[in-house]
Order: sequence, then C-alpha cells, then structure tokens
Amino acid sequence: MALTVLTVDDSRTMRDMLKHSLVAAGFRVLQAEDGIDGLEVLKTETPDVVVTDINMPRLDGFGFIEAVRRDVERRSMPVLVLTTEADAEKKSRAKAAGATGWIVKPFDPVKLVDAIRRVAA
Amino acid sequence: MDATQAHHDIRELIAFRVGKQELSINIMSVREIRGWTSATILPKAPRYIRGVINLRGAVLPIIDFAVRLGLPATEPTARNVIIVVQNHQKQIGLLVDAVSDILTLNSNTIQPTPDIASESVSTFLRGLIPVDGRMISLITLDNVLPAEGLAAV
Amino acid sequence: MDPMAEIRDVFFQECEEQLAELEAGLLRMEAGDKDAETVNAVFRAVHSIKGGAGIFALDGLVRFAHVFETSLDQIRSGKLSAEPHVMALLLRAADALMDLVRAARNGEAVPEARTQGLVVEFAGLASGGAAEVRTVARVQVPVAPAPQAEPRRTWIIRLTPKASLYAKANETALLLRELSRLGETEVDLDTSGLPDLAELDPEGAYLCWTVTLETDRDAGAIKEIFEFVEDDCDLEIFERPNFNFFMEEAPVEEIVADNSPAPAHPYAHPPVHAPVHASLAPPPGGSEIETNTPSLHPVDVMAAQAETSSSVSATIRVDLDRVDRMIDLVGELVITEAMLNQRVLEAGLARTSAVAMALEELEALTREIQDSVMAIRAQPVRSVFQRMPRLVRELATQTGKQVRLLMEGEGTEVDKTVIERISDPLTHMIRNAIDHGLESPEERVAAGKTAEGAVRLTALHRSGRIVIEVADDGAGINRPRVRAKAIERGLVGADAQLTDDEIDNLIFLPGFSTAAAISDISGRGVGMDVVRRSVQAMGGRISIASRPGQGSTFTLSLPLTLAVLDGMVVKTSDQTLIIPLGAVLETLRPNAADIYPLDNRNSVLALRGGYVPIVDIADVLEFGQRSTIPEQSVALLVESEGGSRAILLVDEIQGQRQVVIKSIEANYRAVYGIAAATVMGDGRVALILDVDTIVSVTRETVRTDFARVSSQGS
Repeated sequence: MALTVLTVDDSRTMRDMLKHSLVAAGFRVLQAEDGIDGLEVLKTETPDVVVTDINMPRLDGFGFIEAVRRDVERRSMPVLVLTTEADAEKKSRAKAAGATGWIVKPFDPVKLVDAIRRVAA
Repeated sequence: MDATQAHHDIRELIAFRVGKQELSINIMSVREIRGWTSATILPKAPRYIRGVINLRGAVLPIIDFAVRLGLPATEPTARNVIIVVQNHQKQIGLLVDAVSDILTLNSNTIQPTPDIASESVSTFLRGLIPVDGRMISLITLDNVLPAEGLAAV
Repeated sequence: MDPMAEIRDVFFQECEEQLAELEAGLLRMEAGDKDAETVNAVFRAVHSIKGGAGIFALDGLVRFAHVFETSLDQIRSGKLSAEPHVMALLLRAADALMDLVRAARNGEAVPEARTQGLVVEFAGLASGGAAEVRTVARVQVPVAPAPQAEPRRTWIIRLTPKASLYAKANETALLLRELSRLGETEVDLDTSGLPDLAELDPEGAYLCWTVTLETDRDAGAIKEIFEFVEDDCDLEIFERPNFNFFMEEAPVEEIVADNSPAPAHPYAHPPVHAPVHASLAPPPGGSEIETNTPSLHPVDVMAAQAETSSSVSATIRVDLDRVDRMIDLVGELVITEAMLNQRVLEAGLARTSAVAMALEELEALTREIQDSVMAIRAQPVRSVFQRMPRLVRELATQTGKQVRLLMEGEGTEVDKTVIERISDPLTHMIRNAIDHGLESPEERVAAGKTAEGAVRLTALHRSGRIVIEVADDGAGINRPRVRAKAIERGLVGADAQLTDDEIDNLIFLPGFSTAAAISDISGRGVGMDVVRRSVQAMGGRISIASRPGQGSTFTLSLPLTLAVLDGMVVKTSDQTLIIPLGAVLETLRPNAADIYPLDNRNSVLALRGGYVPIVDIADVLEFGQRSTIPEQSVALLVESEGGSRAILLVDEIQGQRQVVIKSIEANYRAVYGIAAATVMGDGRVALILDVDTIVSVTRETVRTDFARVSSQGS
C-alpha cells in the first residue's frame, strides 16, 4: 500500500511542489495549511509521515510538532520539518520540539523522497 | 522520413468566390461559415468595413472582400456567406459570394505572385494555385484589417 | 500545461498576495502596531517568497529575500527595534522585493544596483554586520557532494540510542535497515544495559548495537543515515583495517548549533563529531549565531490566538476565467430575455396575460442573477490602494516634501473591470496632489502648518457609483495663476467671468498643462486633461474642489462595473444607438424659433437664457442624410463628464434599458464617437455613443464658428 504523507505548509507553491514530487514517487498526499489545520487532519487521518513547514500562521511548525508529541496516539509518528538553508537554530529548535528529521529547502525531490522513506516504518 | 516530410507540406485551403475571382485561405484559420445577416454600420470606417454583427455575443467586424480587392461593393443577399476567421487574437468575418472548394495540396504547387498585382492587393496576396485550369489566389489574413493607426481619422 | 509551469504560476500569484501582505504589515508596524503576529506575518511573507524562489532557482530573489528576512527575524526576536529609519528601510526593501519578483516573473534581469545599496544598509543595521554577509554567502553555496565510487571497505558502527531518539519517532530498526542498503551488514545487539523489569522505564533506552558494514560507499553516506539522530545517540564510526576515517572530508551541511543550554564543551561528543565541527570552525572575525537563544517562544502566543481565530470564513478560490465566462453567459441571458420580451410584445400579448407576467418575473430574476454574478467578480480597491504608499514614498523623496498618506475605505468593492482601470488616474491624482498641492516643509512651517503634509485617499460607494477622493492639505489652487495661464493659452477669453469652481476645473482643459508647466513628476508628459479623458472613457467623471491655503480635493466617480450600462435607445437615420442614461439631463422637442443657425452646418438652441450647441448625431457619425429636420426631431440635452452641454438630435426615442457592454476593440479597433457596442433584443449589434467625444468635438467647431460670426458682426 502506498505510504501516506501529510504536508503542512502555508505556501501554496510549496504545497503544490511537495504534492507534485510526492505523488510522482507514488505516495498518497494529504495537505494542511498550517499547524492548526494539520492537527485537524490528524484527528481523522493517520499518515505514515508528516512533513511540516516551520513558519506558519496560527500555529507554527514547532508548536505543531510539540502538539503531535503530546498526543499519546500520534507521538510515534515521524515528523520531518522543512527548513530553508542549513539553519542551525531552526533545526535544533525543531529537534527540541520533537522533529524526527529535516528536509532542507529548496529540496531535491529525490532527497525528499529518500528522507521520507528513511523515517517511514 | 520522406512520408513525414511530405506530410508537413500538405496544406488544406478553403477556396471562395468574390465576383469572378477565386481566392483561398488556410483552413486552420477558419472558425465557421455562416449566412449573411445585415450588419450595423460603423461611423467613419473604411469602405470595405461593412459593419459589425453579433456572433454569439461577440462583436464581429465584417469585411466586404470585393471592396478590399478593389471591386464594386457587394449587394449581399441570402446566398452570400460570411467566413469567420481567426487572425492572431481577433475574429473577423469575410463577406464573400460563396465558398467554392476545399483544396488539399502540396505547398510546392503554390506559385509566386507576379509583380503586376496592385499594391493594395499584393499586401495580402501570398501566391497563386493552378487547379483544373482555374487560378486560385492564396491570401494571408495579416493585412486584411485596417492598421490600428488609422483609427482616429 | 506542464505541472512545473503551473506551480510557477501559483508561485507568482502567491508572491503578489504575500507582497501585499508584506506591505500592509509593514505599514501597520510603521503606524506603531507592536503585535507579535504582525511581525510574524511580515516575516512569513518574505520567508515564503524566498522558499518558493528557491524551488525555481531564482537566486537573486533568494539572496535578497534572505537578507531582508534576517533583519525581520531580528525584529521578531527583539534584537532590532522598529525605529522609523528601520521601517523606512524595510518599506524600501519591500518595494525592491516586488521589483525582483516582477522581474523574475518576466524573466528579466534585475540590476544588482537595485538591491546592493539596500543590502549594505541592512548590514549596517545589524550589530554583527559581518555575520549577515557570511550567512548570505552560505546560501549560495550548493552543498551536494557527489556520491563517489569507493573501494569496498569495512566499517564498524557502534550505536547507543538515547531515550530522546525514540521520543522523536526515530526507530533503530529503520536506521539498521538503511545501513543494510549500503552493503552487507552484520548486527550485534548488546543487551547488557537492560535493567531489571521493575526498574525498566517503558520509554527509556537501554540497548546498544554494533554493526559491521561492508560497503563501497564513503563515510559521508553512513553519517547521512544518522543525520537526524546524531544528538540523540552515541555514535561511533570507524574503519576496521586502517583507522583513517578522520582524514575523510566532512559533509558541509551539518548542525552547528545545539538547542537549549549550549554544551560547556562543544566537542564533548563521541569522536566522530570532532572533525565535523573542526571543518565548520567559525569563519574569521565572525560571531556564531548559536549564542542567540530566542527570548520569547511564540508558540504559546500563537496557540492562544488560534483559539479565537479558528472559525475560518468559508471561501473558495475560483479561476477568474470561470467567473468571466459566467458573466458573459449571464450577459447572453439578459439579451435572450430581452429578445423573448420583444417577441412577446410583437405577438400582441396583453401586459396582464400570464405569459407577460411570467416574463416580467423572469426579467427580475435575470437582473438579480446578473447582480449576484457581478458581485462575485467585485474586488476591494485595496489592491490598487496598496500600490500608493510606495508611490508616495518615491514622490516624497524626489520632491523633498514630507508626506503622510492616509487611506480609508480600502475594502470598498468594485467590479474587476473597473479596478484594472483605476490605477492610472489615481496615480496621477496623487502625483498632482504631492507635486502641485503640497508645499515644501519650509513653506508649510512658514504658513503655520506642520512640516509634514497629508494626503488622504478615500473610497466609498455613493448612489450606485464608486467615489474615490484624493485630498491634500496643501496650498490649494492658485486661482489667479491658473486663470492667467488659461488666458495666456487662449483657453478662455481675457474678460471671461469665471466662478472659483470654473477656474479650478480649468486644469482639466486640453492644452492647459503644456510642457513648461509639467514637472518631471506629475508630468511624464501627461496632463490632467488626458486623465479626465481616460476617466470619461469608462463612464466616469473627475472634478476638483479647492480652498486657498487649505488644500484641494480631487473626486473621481466611476460606475461600479464596465460590464453593463443603463442606456437610452434612440434611432437616427435608421440606425439604433444607445446613449448612456447618465449623460442625459432631459429630453425635449425643440421649437423652430429657438434654433439659431451659425452657418449651414452648425446651430445653437436657445435654452433658458443660454445657448447650447446642437449636434446632429447622424451627421457627425456620417450615417448619411438626416431623415428629419431639427424642429421635427427629438432633442436630448446631454452633459459631458467635463460639464459641457450639448443638444443631440435624433429621430426618435425607443425606450430605456440596461445593456450588456461589448467591446468593439476585441475584434476590431476603437471607433470614432463610439464607446462600445451591445446586442439588442433582435440579435443585432447597436453602438453605444461616446457622448464626451461628440460634445467636445462639437464645441470646438461651434466655438470657432461663434468667433467668426461675432467678428463678422462687429
């Protein structure tokens, strides 16, 4: 069965781009526009991997990951964060919040898919 | 290889009659052919602009092709037709006497226009095609409409 | 369409939204808004543009957005305060970003000079300016070491996960699986660390793995697998036969900073980390970013806000083409309805018949559908207003004047067809207000005003039209000077008695602004007469009111849509014409005795003590012989947008109706004296008269005739 990936990003460009790359790799893609929206999707869906942006309105990536890790049923869900360049501070904050790993924007579709497969059980 | 080469050179044209002349245009530019309906005249338009008609909600200018060729104006009847053509972004209607033929030919049968054609005609004349003893002019739509700069006069 | 091209379109569309958001946010900050979410939104706008630009390898855009974003991030974290000079720089940067985006969309190159100065200024803002420049440099460097084919070597990998590894949903099994993909592996599990069951923490970590890997891949490939977990485990990687791993080049892309409390000894990790850090030693003279721990954690704030804003308004995005298509179709429906109406009328059915009554209902319904559909395409004028702060900033810089722009009613909605055409006249009105209206700071202070002048831009709905006002608190129109200039240019007679209002409106006359009068700014070679003409071309009007010493107000009034028009249907010389109802003041039957011929072509009508030029439409439009003599015609008293009046003669009035405006230019070109066309109930095209052209041309000829007649008389 195809892996299901939830992408959480407020940029339509980025959502479209992720979807384009992931669908091409045979994944099923769910989309959310920010952290709140992402948590909403997680109420009804159980994706294999979540890919989330950091800077988002309403609830940012850090808050979103923390919320996921607090949820007993979702805490073992791999969450990858999207960060621009090798932003050390963002990465470490994301890790502190409980991120499983990260993907550096602008992402190479091959690396993106690689990273997802690497954390997907 | 040869087959595809030849295929590219095949052209389909629509031939029509205006007075005693027979002309043709690329079939790709033709959108539809419809019967004559009277046009609303436009103020201060060139003589060959017959006016405008309603084509499913769009305002379509009608060119009296006879006048464009330097012939007397057409006295349109129910037998006349309007060839609706697309040229660049614009659709225009050509008022002609009748559609006479659909031609499929190889482009090497098109002969160059002789220099004797009058200047107003040669601006849109692209070549001559001999068909069964008839001589059909191939025209381009590019210079059929008046230039934009004349609008104010 | 190519999916990437589609995403590219989405990107540029989104950029426009973000640029608008960016400017709006910056303006709020400039006005003193200290809300954290405002700064966040501004940051996100730039950040998103950068992210998208990265996808499409728009390097110039990425670089500039990054510098911009870095400063915004400093404001966000409180390291930089939003002082006026900082805000001014940010606003100019927003303008530059917009230029970069537009250039990228059009595939144009942007001169480096456009951004270079700003980059330097940004560097000056930051205390550790050198650090900024270095960060930028790092973005540019691609960090993709090509996988090298290596001789097969045997690696020993010792992995001891910490509990935090599992807490972040990483799995040892997955790491082992990845390792096994690199080559042949042998795994030993060391369970000696396991405590007694009673002491076992279910979320603890007690196991240790040793993997022997035989592979032709290099150490980088192995380290990459542990990229996500290196802080959450103890990891040792070494080569079995000869211990030369530390000579390997480390990957560039690595974690520099650790989160919360920075370790006392940065190299206190397993040996594998040491060379990594060494290769990333701080560049000379630079300070590390890691010292900047965020002073405020915005998550709680935002989560709290999310509670209140979780009721998202239900909106959908619709492709504009679909709406346009729908509006066209509804236009067709209106025409078909009119045709049906006419047929029923021709069939001689009584007004009270069931068919006629049902038809009336259909007519009302059609109107309602039309209004509803038009409402879908209506847009707030915000998109146009948002461009004005930038214009004002540029003009203020150019003129050396201090200007504060106030905007009201940005939410006022108007049809897209109108929005697209508001921008130019509005730009001119604002240019005029700043260039000619406002005084220099010195003059203002001397006049007892604040050094800073105000320009107020207001939009509102008034009686079925949109009204846009541009008011300045400048010196007002210099009436003696305007009057003198108008006389000098022969626009009015030297002895003309003019009211203040008439003098003010002289500036709209063709020929009033000539090259000498046009400054660089208001000018660009365009006078207010051109502005007025373009406004009139879309059925609008523009006027000015002025009070000496207190300022001027330009008022622009436009129809809410350019898609439909209320018109009077008239017939002349067998041609059906539509005259915009807004231009018609009254209809009358002229009295032969009141008509005074000026010559064999022109005449005037005596009306309530004045003379109004008479225009025979059939004659002016060269429709051929007039079918009726003036005294048997119907006369329409019309007023042009400029306030000039004329009598239009037609053969008969057929009624009034709303017509759907159709462009003649779409398939043809502009036609003299005609504004547009419509399709009538009988399916034929009728032309909509351009009243202003007709009136202005006629006044010209009548004026010269008048002059000739009166000079002959004397």
